[in-house]
Amino acid sequence: MWDYSEKVKDHFFNPKNAGAVPDANAIGEVGSISCGDALRLTLKVNEDTEVIEDAGFQTFGCGSAIASSSVLTEIIKGMTLDEALKVTNQDIAAELDGLPPEKMHCSVMGREALQAAVANYRGEEWKDDHEEGALICKCFGIDAAMIEEMVWANKLRTVEDVTNFTKAGGGCASCHEDIEGILEKVLKERGESFDPNAAPVAKPAPVVAEKGPMTNLQRIKKIEEVIMSFRPQLMADGGDVELVEVVDKTAYVNMTGACNGCQMSAMTIAGIQQRLIEVMGEFIKVVPASQMPKLVNIQEAGHA
Amino acid sequence: MPDIYLDNNATTKVDRAVVDAMIPYFTEYFGNPSSIHRFADGVARAIKKARSQVQELLGAEHDSEIIFTSCGTESDSTAILSAIKCQPNRKEIITTAVEHPAILNLVDNLEKEGYTIHRLPVDKRGRLNLEAYQAMLSDNVAIVSVMWANNETGTIFPVEKMAEMANAAGVMFHTDAVQAVGKIPMMLADTKIDMLSLSGHKLHAPKGIGVLYLRRGTRFRPLLRGGHQERGRRAGTENTASIVGLGVACELALQHMEFENNQVKAMRDKLEQGIVEAIPHCFITGDLNNRLPNTTDIAFEYIEGEAILMLLNKAGIAASSGSACTSGSLEPSHVMRAMDIPYTAAHGTIRFSFSRYNTMSEVDEVLKVMPTIVANLRKLSPYWDSINNCPVADPEQAFQPTYA
Repeated sequence: MWDYSEKVKDHFFNPKNAGAVPDANAIGEVGSISCGDALRLTLKVNEDTEVIEDAGFQTFGCGSAIASSSVLTEIIKGMTLDEALKVTNQDIAAELDGLPPEKMHCSVMGREALQAAVANYRGEEWKDDHEEGALICKCFGIDAAMIEEMVWANKLRTVEDVTNFTKAGGGCASCHEDIEGILEKVLKERGESFDPNAAPVAKPAPVVAEKGPMTNLQRIKKIEEVIMSFRPQLMADGGDVELVEVVDKTAYVNMTGACNGCQMSAMTIAGIQQRLIEVMGEFIKVVPASQMPKLVNIQEAGHA
Repeated sequence: MPDIYLDNNATTKVDRAVVDAMIPYFTEYFGNPSSIHRFADGVARAIKKARSQVQELLGAEHDSEIIFTSCGTESDSTAILSAIKCQPNRKEIITTAVEHPAILNLVDNLEKEGYTIHRLPVDKRGRLNLEAYQAMLSDNVAIVSVMWANNETGTIFPVEKMAEMANAAGVMFHTDAVQAVGKIPMMLADTKIDMLSLSGHKLHAPKGIGVLYLRRGTRFRPLLRGGHQERGRRAGTENTASIVGLGVACELALQHMEFENNQVKAMRDKLEQGIVEAIPHCFITGDLNNRLPNTTDIAFEYIEGEAILMLLNKAGIAASSGSACTSGSLEPSHVMRAMDIPYTAAHGTIRFSFSRYNTMSEVDEVLKVMPTIVANLRKLSPYWDSINNCPVADPEQAFQPTYA
């Protein structure tokens, strides 16, 4: 059973704005090949103000597809078209208190239906700009089409390359066999053969565990450096991370933006932890700052 | 009304009598069956008894043909990998397009290693073409592996006949019978089946115990080598308690074989007839006249399976679906695709699978809620005309989303 949030369940069991808006003047119809779901979004747009006065959905799909459609109509009602176009799929997922990684594409479908409806209203033709494939890396939600594209575009040769360029495989590492499969396929098409020991394409900055004991400051700086290296990837997805405190073998971090509340944040934290352990050569636990114990004031504790 | 469990092809409740029989082997007779002291006293005998109980359910000629494993998947892998190891010059495998992933993913992998895999297609009713099968049999084939009954539709394949055809061509035959064992009578001694897989948890024994039936004289190479257990054919300390439990479960299954094929079948028949009569635009999939007595798989058109399951679950009813979304995979069930079920129906298939613990009043309860669930979801569907309460005219044309 999927681990759906209460909000997903609520929008599924009591969908808002179900059905077509009768006098709609903007219609978006999109489907996701990856799971066979399809959605028709109908909008009533005020022609003077471009404000979305009413929105309705009809969805052929699973629980989270219906919930994503329902919450989307709630979000965009009252917005102008330009405001509505700024709604990202992360916004939709966040409004639902997160979606399982396998179901994030339901929120993508919602955003695409919205774009398609606006294009329809403006008399433009909407074209989808990305291809979706089988989900390979569950930790970071990376699908086969994305990995294949990056392998082609950057002439990647090893699993390590793929992780450096896409994040895929950087978490629990269970998908490495599937990534090797993609590499084998693409390399064959390119007339090469897959060699697991091939030299990495673009070497990432060498991170070697420091020899000899580090000072406390050096150690914390190093930990921060590793965590900072994740920021560009997270910011690309509308999120961010910062190091708040290091106590003993625990690093407390703040996940912000789209990461906050996204169920994938737990996976991201696992990925950061894995990297920290590799780089630092010691076990370090990464924990959300919200779980940090209150700092004990020595005087208050009666040890003065 | 307590919750209704209609997902017995996924797994079953362990019978109370099975649990009771197992307990002493955790706490009292926990000794290693190979040991010589009182804690192991009788353990080897209990395993022997269980072996004969399994033998009787399968109708095997010898009890030494029963090899205990950890699950159906292990039995499947052992059978196929043994056959190719024994016959290194035979580089082809015959199976069907509708096997369980335990077989399909294994042969996909062997394909990458250079094996040629013949996947027999099925027709719209899920049936095989035996002439096409006959044409594939040759000296190059290492093994044929065909399921006895399909887990989604319950459709039964003519494995006894297919085993004879394989045997006549000098080819080994394996059947994945995890859904069939305990639901339909078997007499393996009278067949040419060389190997058969069964799984304990499909017949009210616990999870983590399975059997590979290996006909005496069939060439064999173990998957796990090590100790002398199972006459050296499956090393590893025996899962004593579960083996004892499986033995009892097999005895109970044999006792209930008539019940399964009469009372259980009657419940299944009443449910599917009731649904088809009460709900428009739904149909039963598979070979209707040749199915397991406990299984029905119904396609509800224009709606999606996971959504149906969530509403059923809210009503206290457990079933399962062939839709893509429930499996975490991206495609609707490979069984539905192999049968060429239209896409707007394949995503809305629901499997109800019964056991001897179900009752007729449970069937009535499902019949009470099902029409409303389907009607409510259709109201949300772009393929459905809510005003006239019917599918939109020419649904595939009327709604043509842009696919990403």
